[in-house]
Amino acid sequence: MNIIIAGDGKVGSMLTKALSGEGHDLTLIDSNPAALESTIERYDVMSVQGNCASMEVLRNAGVQSADLLITATGKDEVNLLTCLTAHGMNPNLHTIARIRTPDYVETAYAMRRQFALSLTVNPERQTAREIDRLLRYPGFLKRDKFANGMIEIVELRVDDNSPLRDQPLYQMSSVTKCQVLVCAVVRDGRTTIPSGDFILREGDRIFVTASANNLTVLLNSIGLITTKVRSVIIAGGGRIAFYLTTLLLREGIAVKIIEQDRERCEELAEKLDGATIVQGDISKQSVLESEHIEDADAIIALTGLDELNVILSIYANHMKVPQVITKLGRGENMELLEKLPIGSVVSPKELCFNTIIRYVRAMKDTSGAAVTVHSIADGQAEAIEFIVDQDTKHCGEKLRDIRLKKNVLLASITHGRQIEFPNGESMFHPGDRIVVVSGEKFPIQQLNDIFQN
Amino acid sequence: MNYKMMIRIHAWLLILEVAFMIPALVISLYTGDGAAISGFAWTMVIALGTSALMFLLTRHAEHKFYAREGMVTTGMAWITLSLVGCLPFFISGRIPNFIDAFFEIVSGFTTTGASICPDVEALGKGILYWRSFSHWVGGMGILVFYLAIAPADGKNDGSTLHILRAESPGPSVNKMVPRMRDTASILYKLYIVLTVLDIIFLLIGKMPVFDAFCIAYGTAGTGGFSVLNSGCATYTPFAQNVTTVFMLLFGVNFSLYYLMILKHVSQALHDEELKLYLTIVFTSIVLIAINVFGRTADTSGLEPTIRHSAFQVASIITTTGYSTVDFDQWPNFSKAILICLMFVGACAGSTGGGIKVSRVLLLWRNLRRNMHSIFHPNEVRVVKMNGSRVDEQTLKNVSGYLAAYVFIVIITFLLVSADPGNFDLTTNFSAVMATFNNIGPGLSKVGPTCNFSIYDNFSTFVLSIAMLLGRLEIFPILAIMSPSTYKRG
Repeated sequence: MNIIIAGDGKVGSMLTKALSGEGHDLTLIDSNPAALESTIERYDVMSVQGNCASMEVLRNAGVQSADLLITATGKDEVNLLTCLTAHGMNPNLHTIARIRTPDYVETAYAMRRQFALSLTVNPERQTAREIDRLLRYPGFLKRDKFANGMIEIVELRVDDNSPLRDQPLYQMSSVTKCQVLVCAVVRDGRTTIPSGDFILREGDRIFVTASANNLTVLLNSIGLITTKVRSVIIAGGGRIAFYLTTLLLREGIAVKIIEQDRERCEELAEKLDGATIVQGDISKQSVLESEHIEDADAIIALTGLDELNVILSIYANHMKVPQVITKLGRGENMELLEKLPIGSVVSPKELCFNTIIRYVRAMKDTSGAAVTVHSIADGQAEAIEFIVDQDTKHCGEKLRDIRLKKNVLLASITHGRQIEFPNGESMFHPGDRIVVVSGEKFPIQQLNDIFQN
Repeated sequence: MNYKMMIRIHAWLLILEVAFMIPALVISLYTGDGAAISGFAWTMVIALGTSALMFLLTRHAEHKFYAREGMVTTGMAWITLSLVGCLPFFISGRIPNFIDAFFEIVSGFTTTGASICPDVEALGKGILYWRSFSHWVGGMGILVFYLAIAPADGKNDGSTLHILRAESPGPSVNKMVPRMRDTASILYKLYIVLTVLDIIFLLIGKMPVFDAFCIAYGTAGTGGFSVLNSGCATYTPFAQNVTTVFMLLFGVNFSLYYLMILKHVSQALHDEELKLYLTIVFTSIVLIAINVFGRTADTSGLEPTIRHSAFQVASIITTTGYSTVDFDQWPNFSKAILICLMFVGACAGSTGGGIKVSRVLLLWRNLRRNMHSIFHPNEVRVVKMNGSRVDEQTLKNVSGYLAAYVFIVIITFLLVSADPGNFDLTTNFSAVMATFNNIGPGLSKVGPTCNFSIYDNFSTFVLSIAMLLGRLEIFPILAIMSPSTYKRG
C-alpha cells in the first residue's frame, strides 16, 4: 500500500520502521529537513519537506495515489486539517489522526465524518486507561487484552521468593492453581518463545496468557498480594495525568498531582474537582519528603523527562511504595532499563503504534487479518489475535499434527465463551478466536502465515 | 566501517560486470577473434573467481551502512570495475600497456571517450563493443543497476541512498518513488527505452547495425567512443542529426522524463535547469554557426554549418565527445565557446559530466545575492530554484564543490604539464578539461583527430584518476584517498 505519514517524530519514525519493513511504500512529510534526512538515511522511504496541511505538499507526497494517511504532527489542529484536506483531494483515502488535546476529544468523535477521519488515536488517553488497568491488579507489570477482554496476556517478574522460580513450565498450572500458558520470557534482554521444559530463573520477565476471570487467582497463588489502591501520587501534570485523574476519581481513588508549573496547576485545579494539586519541583528531595510519597499506594511518574521518571521510580521503589508505574516517552534502549527497579513501564508511543498497526493490517486484507495486535517483551515479540475462518488451513486438526513456524506459539483458543490453553490435543474451527505469539522479525500478516509450508 | 557489506556489494558488481561482458564475448566468437575470446574468457574466470571468494568471506555481513561506507564503496567499486574491465584489452594484447588499458576502460566507464588508440578499427569488433558498452553501463551507473536488481533482504533500510547519491550526479539527489529498488529500475527503464529509440532512429538513418548499437551506447552514456577512425564524420546527415538530438536528450535530468510520464508535462517543461540548458545550447549553436560559416571546407554551406555546429555543441555540453568535423580547425571564438561548454556540462541527474547546469545556476544566483548584500547588508534574500527555496546547506555544498573542482583542475594541469613530451598549454589544459569533465577530445594535440597516446604512463594515470573524479563528482574518490576515512570510531 501507499502510505503517507505526516510528522516524523517519535511515533512517526516507529511507524516508518514497522510499515516499511512490512513492505508498504511510505512517504514522510515533515517541516524539519534534518529529521527527514536522518529518517531517509535509515529507512527505504521517500520524504517531502513542508507543511503537511498544504495542498501542494500533499500533492508532492502523492496523495492522489495513496491508500492511507497517518497524521502524527505535534499539533492536533494540523492533524485534523491535513486529514480533511487530503480526503478532499482523494476521496478513497483512509485517514488516521492523532488527537491528544482533551478539548478536541469530543470533536474527534462527534465530527469524525466531517473531518473524514477513519480512526483517531489518543495516546495519552490510551496510556491513562492502561495505567488504570494496571492499578487494579498491582503485581502485573503490563496487561494486554484479547478476545473482547476475556483473555489477557500479563507480564510478571520472577522474584527470588516467587514459587515460580526454578520451575519448569509444564509445572506452571499446578503452581498457579488455574489454567495459564507462558508465551514469552525475557531473560537478559533477549526474548524466548519457550517450550514446556523451559525452566524459569530469578529475574526473568514472563508473559502469561490467562483468562481475565482468573487474574486474582493467579496473583494470589504466586504470592503477589493484591492490596486495593486507595491513594495515588502522580508526578507531572500533563495530559496523561489529566485523563488518568478523571478515571481514578470516578473510582473513588484519592489523587495527588505534583506539577512544577504554576499556571498548569491552576488549570488542573479548575478542571479536576476532588484531586489535590501541589505545585513543586519533583526532582527536589525536599518536595518528595514533604509530600510523603512513601505513604502512597502507588506512584506514577508521568513527567516529560524520561530520566526524571526513572530516577523517581527508583526512589519510590526504594521507599517501598507498593506499586510504581513509569512512563517512558522515547522508549529506546529498553534493555538497559530492564534491570532497574522501576516497576511497570508504560509507553504512549507504543500504545499509539499498536493501534495504528492493527488498523493498517486490517486494511490490507480483510480475510484472515489480525483483530488485535500488541507488541510485548519490549517490542521483541508480538501477540496477535485472529478469527479462524473458512480459508484458514488445518481447521479441525490436532495441534500435534500441525507444524508451526519457529518461534511461533498458539497462546489460546476461544470457542464462544469457552477458553482453552492449547495442548497437543487441541484444535480450532472456523469462528474461533486464537491468540498467536511470535518472536520472529518477520511480521505475521494473516493467520496462515504461522504454519510451516 | 562495514567492510563485509562493502566486499559483498563488490562481489555482486563483479558478477554483473561478467554478465555485461557476455555480448562482447559472443561477438568475438562470431567474428572468430581468438585473442579477444581469450581476453574475455580469462577476465570472466578471474572476475567470477574473485567474486566467489568475496562471497565466501562475507557470509554473515551486517546490513548497516552509512554515508561514509556509501562513498567509499562507490569509489572503490569504480576502481575495481575498471581494473577488471581493462583486462580484456590487456590480455588480448590489443592494448599491451596495462596503464593504457586502464585509461581506456576508465574512459569508457566514466563516459569520457578519450582514447589512447591511434587505430580503433584494429581493436576488433568484440573489443570495440565492450569499449562502447562500458559507456552505457557507466552512464547511468553500475551501482544504480545493482540497486535495481539487488536482493531484497535489506529492503528495510535507507542506506542504499548513500550509494545512489555517491554515484548519481547533481547537487541534491533524491528518490523519485519511496522504494530505492523502484527508483533505480525506473531510471534504468527510461534509459533502456531511450537507447532503443536511438538505435531504431540510427538504423533508419542507414547506419550499419554494429555501429548503430555502439554509437547509441556512446550517446546514451554521453561517452563518445566511436568505432571508426573518422569518428562520426562518415555517417549520413540524418544519423548525425539523430545523434545530436539524442545526445541532448540524454543530457537532461531523467526525473523530468518521469514527471512527463506521470503527465506533469508542464511542470517538467518549466524546470529552470532545463530552460537554461536549452538556452545555452541554442545560443552556442547560433554563435558558432555564425562564427564558422564559410571558414572551413566542412562549413561552406548553410545546412552543413548548422548541422556540424549543433552536433559539436550537443557533443561538448553533454560531455559526449563525438565529432563530425575537426573542430580544432575552427576559429578561436568557437573553440573558446566549446571550452566554456566543457565547464558547464549537462544537467544534474543525467548521464553527462561537467559542473552541471543546475550548479552553475545556483552559483550564479548565490553570487548575485552575495553581491547584493555588499550594498544592502540588511536586506534578507533567499536563493530559489523552481519556485522553492534552496537551503543554505545545498548552497554551501555547491560552493564547496566548485572549490574542489578548481583545485583538482589546477593540480591535474600541473601534473600533466610536467609530462616529458613538453606539450603546449592548449594541449595540456584541454586534455585536463576533456578528461576531468568526461568529454573526450580536447584541442590541439589531443583534438578530435588525435588521441591521448602522446602522454607517458604517469600522465595517463593522472588523467585516469581525473576521469574518475569527474564522473563520481570528486568526493567518493577523495574519500578513499583520505586517511581519516579508515580511522576507527
